[in-house]
Amino acid sequence: MRRIYLLFLILTLAAVTPSLSYAQCKGFAKKICKLELIPYIHDGNYHAAILTEGEEAELYKTFYSGQDYRISICGTDALPEIEFQVVDSYKNVLYDNTEHNNSRIWDFNLESSQQLKIAIKVPTSEAQSEYPASGCVAIMFGFKETK
Amino acid sequence: MQQTNIVSLTSKLLVAFLLFLSFTACQSGKQKQDSEVSIEDFISDDDIFDDIDKAKKIFYSLPSPLETAMIIKSAGAEYDQELLNSLDNVEKYSSSRALALNLGIYTTDLSFASLFEQTQTSIDYMNAARSMAEGLNITDAIDKNTIDKLEQNLDNRDIVMDIISETFLNSSSYLKENERQDVAAIVLVGGWVEGLYIASELIGDNSIENNKLADRVLEQKLSFNIVQRLLDDNKEKANGESNQDIVDMIAQLEEIKAAFDKVKIETSKATVEENDESGVAQVSSTTKITVTPEDFKALQASINKLRTSFIQ
Repeated sequence: MRRIYLLFLILTLAAVTPSLSYAQCKGFAKKICKLELIPYIHDGNYHAAILTEGEEAELYKTFYSGQDYRISICGTDALPEIEFQVVDSYKNVLYDNTEHNNSRIWDFNLESSQQLKIAIKVPTSEAQSEYPASGCVAIMFGFKETK
Repeated sequence: MQQTNIVSLTSKLLVAFLLFLSFTACQSGKQKQDSEVSIEDFISDDDIFDDIDKAKKIFYSLPSPLETAMIIKSAGAEYDQELLNSLDNVEKYSSSRALALNLGIYTTDLSFASLFEQTQTSIDYMNAARSMAEGLNITDAIDKNTIDKLEQNLDNRDIVMDIISETFLNSSSYLKENERQDVAAIVLVGGWVEGLYIASELIGDNSIENNKLADRVLEQKLSFNIVQRLLDDNKEKANGESNQDIVDMIAQLEEIKAAFDKVKIETSKATVEENDESGVAQVSSTTKITVTPEDFKALQASINKLRTSFIQ
């Protein structure tokens, strides 16, 4: 009986945990990360995921000339500061936040429209811990017309 | 004893997984070396996807309806209400696919109308988008408060854009957090195609030489690469079954794909100049877009056909 109860508990947790994590991610993206886009207008897209120390993610997007963009990458407090690079089709690194005090935002505009890759890494924390930390990482874009 | 067997099985699976990972790592390393053999002055439009590492979490981002509308407007588009999807069609949509497509379409129309300060049209299209969202059981994305807030702030473009952005964020995050990424992808494709349609129809028979709007349409080839990957990622459901809505949509895009294949976009290597005063870095590069007037006409026809099928 106890085993059945335990199995039921594990299955329930397995089913509910992803939804709870996503819900936390949504709230984090809306209440914390989106504010970092001000005074840019958030494009309305939602890109967020639970990442663990050492994990990496990539985002592909076309950016258009004639607009100023702000990229904002933010992670929950449980995670070390997120590292990110913006890379063009030549694998040419246009921006590396580790060279800018681990800044969470980058503002830029383009002379011509092009596809860029945003490469994100959750570094491994120096603090000794039994389990690697996990948390929400959101990638958000803001834009405004170039003056 | 049973526990030992489980540990042993887990260890074997872990070793097999690590071997698989090291094999795929070798493979991608080789591809990378091959692609670095020669570096030319210009490279083509989809080279950025050459070294995608499937082991990482991958996101594909399409221009949202709001960004799409802004891109069109900044290219000199003029407002033409006749191009928007008729509000009379709202009642026609009942399948998940049609509701999702037209949530994207009406949101782009709403964004387009708002950017041109068409106040009553903005309210009407926000209500149309609300109907689509409700049909998809997206709760609270657009409620009565949203409509009231829009009505109260119609003379403030920044607040109106923020409301549209917020409603789209609510819809897309709701769909993604409820494991409905396929529906979220269809919404995005609908909105993107609507922007493409509006721009293409505004060009009409005008020359494409030195035509900013035509450049905007042609540049969408770059986002079309992302559309294909986004749909490809969602063509299978979590249980392994094929997702028929997405499979059908991929087939529907064949004609537009053939038309975009005739457009050549080459981009030079970019340089970055930081601007300490404005804080906005300038990324400089040159893009060459090549297409014949006949191929552009064929592209316009395929866009029109696709959008017509979406609003049926």
